Amino acid sequence: MANLHALTALGAREAAVITVGPLTITERFDVALASVAARRGRMADLAKAAKAAGLPLPDPARWQGGTPYSAFWTVPEMWLVEAPFASHELIEGMLKAALDDAASVTEQTDAWVALDLAAPDLAPLLERLCNVDFRAVADGYATRTMIEHLGCYLIKHGAGAVRLYGPRSSAKSLVHAIELAAHSAW
Amino acid sequence: MIIHHPILGPRDAQEFVYLGDESLIDRPDGMSAGIEEFHDYAYNRTNPAGEHRELWYHEQGDRSWLVVTRNTVTHEITKVELARDVARAKGRTK
Repeated sequence: MANLHALTALGAREAAVITVGPLTITERFDVALASVAARRGRMADLAKAAKAAGLPLPDPARWQGGTPYSAFWTVPEMWLVEAPFASHELIEGMLKAALDDAASVTEQTDAWVALDLAAPDLAPLLERLCNVDFRAVADGYATRTMIEHLGCYLIKHGAGAVRLYGPRSSAKSLVHAIELAAHSAW
Repeated sequence: MIIHHPILGPRDAQEFVYLGDESLIDRPDGMSAGIEEFHDYAYNRTNPAGEHRELWYHEQGDRSWLVVTRNTVTHEITKVELARDVARAKGRTK
């Protein structure tokens, strides 16, 4: 069998680290993703199974961390779940086994590019990129928003720490938009 | 224009897609309704200068359908509800 090597969303063998002034963009290639949606009328069953499996199901517009599963709210009764890729490459099957038929689980790992943004203060950058009121929202805020016409998820981990999930097929366009805004902000 | 989403709070109208009159929720039963009723459902709308109940979709957000009560003259929004709740209040099951 051929010796295959997966490429990152930005098309390289190793995850990219890009620096623009005080901003560091780190491509994350070590995150497994799956969406979990309660089946109709089964929210109570899902909450019970999720608790037993150590899967957080945070309130609307919130992210909640955990080991191994972290999750953020996306849609009423639906969450996107993050886990370490090394241990949870088969995240869809693992969640399905834990949640049984209370939820529909969909593998999402290769649908998204994950970018960590780090700077002393990300507000000047994000106010140029999207209409999230970044200064006002609390840590742990998670939302879908538009960046350069791309539907992205933004999770605020701190004033200087943000995780972005953007459409993987537009990864380079998203990074380009962030770089341009960074040149403008700083 | 800002739409006060019942779950997510104030959101820019840029994140939404407009569909039209709220009466689209009340689709007649295709097996029993007559052609006139379906014709009205598909084509006939009132065009009020004033309060209008309309469907908006939060596409760049949580993908929920909303019923927005908006004044078409002043653009003032007086009420925003989840379309799911509106439909259920009318006796629909989903």
